Amino acid sequence: MSSFSGLARATDPIDQNKATAMENVKIAAEKVQVFYGETHAIKDVSIDIRARTVTAFIGPSGCGKSTFLRCLNRMNDTIDICRVEGRIAIDNEDIYDPKVDPVQLRAKVGMVFQKPNPFPKSIYDNIAYGPRIHGLVRRKSELDDIVASSLQKAGLWEEVKDRLDSPGTGLSGGQQQRLCIARAIAVSPEVILMDEPCSALDPIATAKVEELIDELRENYTIVIVTHSMQQAARVSQRTAFFHLGNLVEVGDTQDIFTNPVDKRTQDYITGRFG
Amino acid sequence: MSEHTVSSYDEELSGIAGRIAEMGGLAESIVTDAVTALITQDLDLAQATIGRDHRLDDLMHDIEMRNVLVIARRQPMGQDLREIMAATRIANDLERVGDMAKNVAKRVIAIDSDLKSKTLAIGVEHMTELALAQLKAVLDAYTRKDAEEAVKVRERDAEIDAIYTSLFRELLTYMMEDPRNITQCAHLLFCAKNIERIGDHATNIAENVYYMVTGKRLLDDRPRMDETGVEDKENA
Repeated sequence: MSSFSGLARATDPIDQNKATAMENVKIAAEKVQVFYGETHAIKDVSIDIRARTVTAFIGPSGCGKSTFLRCLNRMNDTIDICRVEGRIAIDNEDIYDPKVDPVQLRAKVGMVFQKPNPFPKSIYDNIAYGPRIHGLVRRKSELDDIVASSLQKAGLWEEVKDRLDSPGTGLSGGQQQRLCIARAIAVSPEVILMDEPCSALDPIATAKVEELIDELRENYTIVIVTHSMQQAARVSQRTAFFHLGNLVEVGDTQDIFTNPVDKRTQDYITGRFG
Repeated sequence: MSEHTVSSYDEELSGIAGRIAEMGGLAESIVTDAVTALITQDLDLAQATIGRDHRLDDLMHDIEMRNVLVIARRQPMGQDLREIMAATRIANDLERVGDMAKNVAKRVIAIDSDLKSKTLAIGVEHMTELALAQLKAVLDAYTRKDAEEAVKVRERDAEIDAIYTSLFRELLTYMMEDPRNITQCAHLLFCAKNIERIGDHATNIAENVYYMVTGKRLLDDRPRMDETGVEDKENA
């Protein structure tokens, strides 16, 4: 028990971080290797990602964090020369099993990218697209509900409810990114992968997305790749540090940022790399 | 540790560490002068010592300001963050050491007569030597980032406590022997307590150095006893 226990409340970040420790493993990766042709991009990475927790992947450019993230919903399948070895299981089911349909997998494991990429359609259709193609709804009213609740969860509803027919591309950058998060939520995923979701946003839009991530944590398992260590420290409960394709260190975020074990982690987070 | 990619960050951190070192040196010298003034009843030296405490206050505020700026500018992480935290707290302790010494110097002026007992003077002097040795050792540990030395400093504090307790008893005896001794002895008692507190500040600094270097808190398993004779396990 920490010495803070006397003062601790349920919302105390120190306790909150510890609280996730006992919870279930959502994604288990074992000895994952990724090759791009001859290049060995991910080397023997094993990591457990906890359910309903935000896990941040940090590391210098080219360290493999985005590559590894993309393994988690088989986005690397679309790259011909890319080869993935090892085992990645979500809820104990191997996602690289030939029986698994990658399209279904990606409905379960949603993704948000660095640059907001709304479809060139209306705000409504951006959200409705996924539920439609996955056959999640029968009636228009059901679809309306999903659109509204997804936008509400993404904290965008109040800003767009009167103009659902206007194009998604007409929103500001921060709104577009929240639209993409709403779009990911619309198909009821269990895991949301975010690849530098705030790197194209201003500080206020970033804060809104971070607030959203914090709220989404209640219902989703979130993995976020970020170049901002302050962001990783703010939004995540677990942090994994990648370097040259290796997973160097993974632990509670508060430990990684105050007292990392590995010297490479220390050098990276304190700005001594190079 | 290797250098930061941004070299001005290194300069800011070393500037803070340099000021802690300056505070340490100054605090040692003020303590030495205050106790010398006490033993020799040198009122001029006592007065001069009182005046020098200001510089410690200024340095502490300077360090605080610099720490705030580094936090705002760099958002320090890991070892750097711990260094900033440690510097803030160590500066506080050193400023308090200065206050303790100033209080001793003020009592020199209040006593304004030769000390009645040679053995008392020797006792206070000996305790001061130990406290100063502790302060010096812990400041070296800070500069060298030596966690082991910090642990040793912390363990040695019991010696100072023991001397203080025996001085306390001796002073009580003198006061009981002759009520005319009470004024001087009461002042001396506070002087001794002040020096004992300097030892405690050295211990605090040792704990902060240990945290700064290792990222872990020293667990307190030392039973402590002061002149009250009551063991204090809770608030050691």
